[in-house]
Amino acid sequence: MNFEKVLSDGTLWEMLFSGFLYTVESTLLALLIAFFLGLITCLFGVSRSKVLRAINKFYLWIIRGTPLIVQAFYIYFAMPQLIQVIGKSMLGSSVPMFAAMGASWATFRIEPFTAGVVTLSLNAGAYLSEIFRSGISAIDKGQMEAARSLGLSKGRAMYRVILPQALKICVPSIVNQFIITLKDTSIVSVIGFAEIVYQAKIYIGRTMDSFATWTIVACFYLLAVTILTIISKQIERRMNNDEKRARKKRV
Amino acid sequence: MKKELEKREYKHKVNVVGLHKYFDDLQVLKGVDLQVEEGEVVCVIGPSGSGKSTFLRCLNLLEVPTKGTVEIDGYVVNDKKANINKIRENIGMVFQQFNLFPNMTVKKNIMFAPVDLKKMTKAQAEEKAMSLLKRVGLEDKADAYPKQLSGGQQQRVAIARALAMNPDIMMFDEPTSALDPEMVGEVLSVMKELAAQGMTMVVVTHETGFARDVADRVIFMADGYIVEQGTPEEIFTNPKEERTKEFLKCVL
Repeated sequence: MNFEKVLSDGTLWEMLFSGFLYTVESTLLALLIAFFLGLITCLFGVSRSKVLRAINKFYLWIIRGTPLIVQAFYIYFAMPQLIQVIGKSMLGSSVPMFAAMGASWATFRIEPFTAGVVTLSLNAGAYLSEIFRSGISAIDKGQMEAARSLGLSKGRAMYRVILPQALKICVPSIVNQFIITLKDTSIVSVIGFAEIVYQAKIYIGRTMDSFATWTIVACFYLLAVTILTIISKQIERRMNNDEKRARKKRV
Repeated sequence: MKKELEKREYKHKVNVVGLHKYFDDLQVLKGVDLQVEEGEVVCVIGPSGSGKSTFLRCLNLLEVPTKGTVEIDGYVVNDKKANINKIRENIGMVFQQFNLFPNMTVKKNIMFAPVDLKKMTKAQAEEKAMSLLKRVGLEDKADAYPKQLSGGQQQRVAIARALAMNPDIMMFDEPTSALDPEMVGEVLSVMKELAAQGMTMVVVTHETGFARDVADRVIFMADGYIVEQGTPEEIFTNPKEERTKEFLKCVL
């Protein structure tokens, strides 16, 4: 437990910074994908089509019904194996296009970073989808009716009238999901995704400085989450300010 | 610019034939026929649960009729091929709960649909919004948000919002039922003025005074049927049907 020695070790900082950069990068990328994935699947869920609603239900069922770590293993190990097997079986095909596809599939591999981002996107997307749905269902039915009776199509009314109001309600829950995803990147380290926890484990394996290293790692997360919280408070305040300013102008 | 609806020849501005509406097993409308002529003001009265609101909502397809046809300006509204969005542009609707967009200012509420549907430029819509606000007596509230207004003011904004699309029919679904009594008058006077300018209007209301003063024709509905219709004079002072007399005894 030699804090001073650990703190002055340049290798540690290098490792942790590069790991943390990975954490942040994958989080941002995954959240961006998850946001749109969540929005689209949420619209599937509230659509009139039975097929789209079923897709939404199935997606949520799979993601919510399995742990993140299994999803990560599935994307990183299971899916490539499945694709390789399919690829090998297509190798002997007489159709040239299939044979060529088989050749590339037979050696299919996925990078840990890619697999991590895909896993986190799919995972956060499902939860965001539910967050958006709760936001949409919190909007009074009269809003849709008013927009429709003015002549807007259903999609247009959704996009211009319902979603802006729904997203506003969702901001705290969305930020919450962002924080969860940021921390969930640590779970994805199990597939060799070299984020901060992965780097810390390697460092400790070498030096045995558990206490100091994990304390520093925890501080990294705390810092990131604190920044995220401050930003989200700012967003909320700004959204409320628009209305407050209008109110003041009148008085 | 999207294609406009072509003008069609028609006999009645609104022509409803054999309208039935079920909600699952519950039959709410049991065969309603009604014609409304251009410039006519029709008030629909009747006890709660008689199907008045459902009937009105069938006219612009907020409820889909189970059976029968609804024709507006010669277009069958509940035809699958009908361009319902275009047809709705010509039908203004005012709701009991106002349904203003809470995230937009009063002015934006009014400008929203004409701009979004590319009927007007922003400048045109703004000018239109201000003139409509003047008409309903709320030009000083242009930059306020709906929740800063009283119920009566909100409803007047809702009327202005509907008028912004230049509809030639206006429908009102119990426009004063959610208002405090002292605010009913301001909304009714806006509606009266609208009627005086020749707007075709279908009004579901509990305000028998308004119906008596403004309506060209009063429809009495009960249990999913039109029980009786006639001039306000005929309905209010000389009702023929027993059901009508019973109802009027309670409300007058």
